[in-house]
Parts: sequence; C-alpha cells; structure tokens
Amino acid sequence: MSDLTRPALATRTFDLFGFLSRYGTLVALALLIAFNLAFTRNFATLQTLNVNLTQVCTIVIVAVGMTLVIATGGIDLSVGSLMAISGALAPMIFMSKIVPIDNIYLAVAIAMLVSVVVAGLFGLFNGWLVAYFRIQPIVATLVLFIAGRGIAQVLTNGNLQTFTVPQFQWIGLARPFGIPAQVIIMAILVLAAAWVLRRTLFGRSILAIGGNEKAAQLSGIAVAKVKLAVYAITGLCAGLAGLIVIAINSSSDANLVGLGSELDAIAAVAVGGTLLSGGKATIVGTLLGALTIQLVRFTLLANGVPPAAALVVKAAIIAFAVWLQQQNRSR
Amino acid sequence: MRRVELIRTIGTYGVVIALAALVLFGFLRYDRFLSTFNVMSVLRYNSMFALVSLGMCFVIMTGVIDLSVGAVAAMGSVASALASPYGLAPGLAAGVFVGLAAGAINGLLVTRAHLLPFIATLATMLAASGTALLLAGNQTVSVSYDSGFIAFGQGNFSIFPVPAVFALLAYMLGSVVLNFTSFGRTVLAIGGGEDATRLMGLEADRVKFIVYLASGGLAGLAGVILAAQFGAGQPIEGVGWELFAIASVVVGGTLLTGGMGSVGTTLAGVLLLGILFNVLNFENGLGWISLSAYWQSVIRGLFLLVVVILQAKLAGTRVAI
Repeated sequence: MSDLTRPALATRTFDLFGFLSRYGTLVALALLIAFNLAFTRNFATLQTLNVNLTQVCTIVIVAVGMTLVIATGGIDLSVGSLMAISGALAPMIFMSKIVPIDNIYLAVAIAMLVSVVVAGLFGLFNGWLVAYFRIQPIVATLVLFIAGRGIAQVLTNGNLQTFTVPQFQWIGLARPFGIPAQVIIMAILVLAAAWVLRRTLFGRSILAIGGNEKAAQLSGIAVAKVKLAVYAITGLCAGLAGLIVIAINSSSDANLVGLGSELDAIAAVAVGGTLLSGGKATIVGTLLGALTIQLVRFTLLANGVPPAAALVVKAAIIAFAVWLQQQNRSR
Repeated sequence: MRRVELIRTIGTYGVVIALAALVLFGFLRYDRFLSTFNVMSVLRYNSMFALVSLGMCFVIMTGVIDLSVGAVAAMGSVASALASPYGLAPGLAAGVFVGLAAGAINGLLVTRAHLLPFIATLATMLAASGTALLLAGNQTVSVSYDSGFIAFGQGNFSIFPVPAVFALLAYMLGSVVLNFTSFGRTVLAIGGGEDATRLMGLEADRVKFIVYLASGGLAGLAGVILAAQFGAGQPIEGVGWELFAIASVVVGGTLLTGGMGSVGTTLAGVLLLGILFNVLNFENGLGWISLSAYWQSVIRGLFLLVVVILQAKLAGTRVAI
C-alpha cells in the first residue's frame, strides 16, 4: 500500500473491482471478523469458533463435491435427498432393524460404510444420466431430488428414528484435542479435494471439461468417466454429511435431513468464486464462501436480527458476491 | 429439424396419452374416481401448482429458470392473508402485487445485473422466504372468514372450483399469447438462440423481464389460492414447488434448453403428477396394498426419469446438452 503514496505511481488507477472480485470473499470474511471482534460479545472464544465450524461443516462437505460437479459445468440438486437417504439408512443398520448384528462396533462400521456407499451409488446414477444420456444436469439430478427424499421416507415410513449410540455419534459429537470430529473430517476433505483439483490429472480433466467439453473430448480425456466420478464423489460427500447431521441430532428425520442443503452448497460455491458455468474452480474458495455465509448469519443473529431478516441479508450478499465476480470476468 | 419435430410430437402426445391411460385406469378400478367430488377436489388442489407451472413453462421456454416461485407463493399467501380482512379484491391484489415485485427483482437481476438466472432466482427465493416470515411474524396468518376472501379458494362457479376456473383461464391466455402473438414467438426465439434473437433486433431483455414478471405474478396468485383454500397464509409452505413445477414442465414435453414448448401439455404434466397422488390414495383405499403417501415422490421421480430418458433418446445425443 505504501506504493500508492509515491507520486510516480499515483496515476495508476487502483483496480477496485478486480481486487474485490479476486479477494472479495477473503475481504468480506476479514471485515466480518473485525466487526464481530468489535461489537459481538464473547466472539473471540473457542466456543464461538466451534459453534460456527460445526454448523458450517456439513455444508462445506457437501459443497466440496458440488464444487467438483460445478467445475465440470454441471450441478447436483439431489445432495439434500441423498443426505436423507444415508441418514435414514445408517440408524436402521446399527439399530439392527434390517439384520441383527450383535457387535455394536461392527454394526456401526457396516452402517457407515453401507449408507455412504449407497449415497455414492445414487450419485453414480446421476452421473450415468448426465454422462451417457446427456441429460441436462439440472433435470437429471431433479429426478433424485424428488425421488430420493421419497426413498428415505419410504425406508423409515416417515418415522423419526431416535438413538443414543456413542460408538456412532462420535462423528458429530467427539472432540479430539478440543476440535470437533466433523471439523477434522471437513479439513481433510477440503485439503484432499484442493490437492486433487490442482495437482492431479483427474482434477485438470475436471476443469478442462468445464472449460470446453468438446475440446477436452478431442484431447483424449475420458469425459464420461470423469463425469461419472464427480457425481459419485458428490454422492459420497452427501452421504457422509447425512451421517454427521443425524449424529449431532441423535435422531434421523427423513423429512428434514438435508432439506435445502443443495441450495446452501451451491450458494457457498458461487460466493467462493467458482464459475457456475464450469472451467474454473476453487475448493478453498468454497470453504471461504461457506464460512462467509455462516458468519453473516451468526453476526446477524448474535446482534439480535431476527432469523427471517437474516435470510434476506444472506440473499443480498449472495447476489452481490456473484455480481462482483462477474464484473471482473466481463472485462 | 425433423428430429425436433418428432420429439415435439412424442412429447405432446406422450403426456396426453399417459394422462388418459391413468384416468382410464382410475375410472375402471375405483368406483368414485370420476365422481364430481373427486374430480373437483383434484382440480381445486392442483390449480396452485398449475399456475406456478404455467409461469415456469414460459420461463423455461425463454431458456432461463426461476427457482423462487415456491417462496414467492408462500410470500403471496401471507400478504393476501394479511389483506384478507379488507375483502377479496385487496387480498388478491396484495398477493399478486408481492409476486410481481419478486418477479421484477428477478427480471432486473438477470437482465440488468446479468446474474446467472439460477443464482439470481436462488437469491430471490431466500429473500422472499425471509420476507414471508417477517410479514407473518414467524407463524401462520389466519385469513378473515367474513370478508368473502376464502371464496377464491373454496368457492364454486356452479360445480367448478373458483381457483381451477382461474387456472384454466390463465392457461387459455398463456396459450394464445404463446401461439398468436409476437411476444410468444420472441419467447421461443430467445430460448432457441439468444444471440441470434438480439441480432434480429428483438428485445430479448424486455421479453425476459416480462416473463419473470409473469412468473412472479402467477406464483403470487397461487399463494392467494393457497391462503384462501386452507384458511391461512403459510410462510413456510412452497418448499420444493419450484422443482415440482420444473418437473411438470419437463414431463409436459418442454425442453429445458428452451426454444420449444407447449402450454397445454404443461397442464397435462401438472395433472398427470397430481392425479398419480390421487390414484395412490384410491389404491390404498381398496385395502389390497398400503403404500404410504411417501411413495408419491418416488413414483413422481420415476415418471420424470422415464420422460427425460425418452427425451434424451429421441433427441439423439446432441440436442439435450
């Protein structure tokens, strides 16, 4: 910044739009934190941090998969319903409603594995529709958005499943070294996905497909396989998020688990700076986007703004953030 | 071009044939399926979805999307419930007005701020949902039963439910607009290829704005019916309506890529998805099977699946990208 005070550089116009659209999310996050440090009581405590992180976790986990899908130029509306399916399935297995399993550890392990894999398979189904039938992603995933929650409700007959199974609930309640378990899972996922996207052939293929599918195909990328994989990964992420949600709640309600989370995840991705048309994506941006949206909500609620008004503000922020990014792109 | 014609034909007749088959199935299997009471109840209940889907049909034909309709309908129901003590006309006006306002915001965000339709209408959805809760004070708002307002949802013209008559009129108007006005042709032209439309000198932005305005207004009207039919403005109703409307439009044979579609078959799509639920209820009533209401989502999803796969197959591998 000291450069700007020198007369020689004074003529250089500071590209405000360019700066904001590139670092806007980070700036917004910094401003929010500064505001909270100044005005919100008890903000700088470990508890506040943990509350915010645990609330944002499931959205980030879903949004990591969503980022990959959006990077290929697609979208996945079914993630909330897939969360409901895995959330419905897991308790049925570890509470031995399907087959009796004596050892609780074995039961929990099978429950987690099966429900996440099932969600992944449904994701694969999405990918199959998109890649092999060339159905528009928004319509292809609409099928499971509608049917998926229905499947979860049919599985449980719409009943609430309650449970107290610490062997399972560590995924949402345990705090090794004071850090919530799901935050650790989230961090690992974010790092892994960021690495994959930047450093691996698979990651570069994802971006190439989103940038120009035909060119990617011609340059020898197995477009269909990559698409299958990203939708399956998103399904797996959604399945995992579903488990965390029910672990925190000690109950699973197929009508509610994951409701609306597809839109939360998409908003996080968009605010984070990933192009919704594909071809450019940032996992860390998605994390920052989700944190920003969460912190906006927290800031408003902590300062006495009613939740409904917070929704309106959230909407304005999403629209503004995306608008800002587009200003840079269009020039 | 011929291939597109073929899809159109199958899209058109497919849904009508499926609807006819379902009605026939219901008529042969259940005693009271075609009783006046049942038919009118189905029409009354589905008129809300029909209105929302009509707006969505135009939106999709223009090549864009509107995710806000469910939340806007909820907002409309609250606004009309709040205005209902002053009579039917003020209640109706309030609901439609907030819908138009939301539609105008969508239109401006898309045509002036150049936001992607998906994100713009997602933001409006959140804002409308928040506004509905604010207006309603986080609870359902009872409508006035003395002012004549509820007639709009519960009343009849002779034997026909008032909301169904309005929905039918809206579809007739929509059909005329689409098929016999330059506006309608422009809608399809924009969906077919926006750049080409601009080069031809058609005002794409103006048409898009009007389409969003109409979609918002129709969602607001659906909200009025919601309030009048169930006696309350419901700020948290309408979740997922947008996606069911999209499903109805797609089942009706309108391509999601825009540029092609039909108003009449959208209505058939709405009725098809609505009657499925009705048939399920009757089937349960027979006592042979007991499928919970939750199966309706699964069956609707399967229907949508069959339709989109058929569309994709018929379109070959190129059209539906």
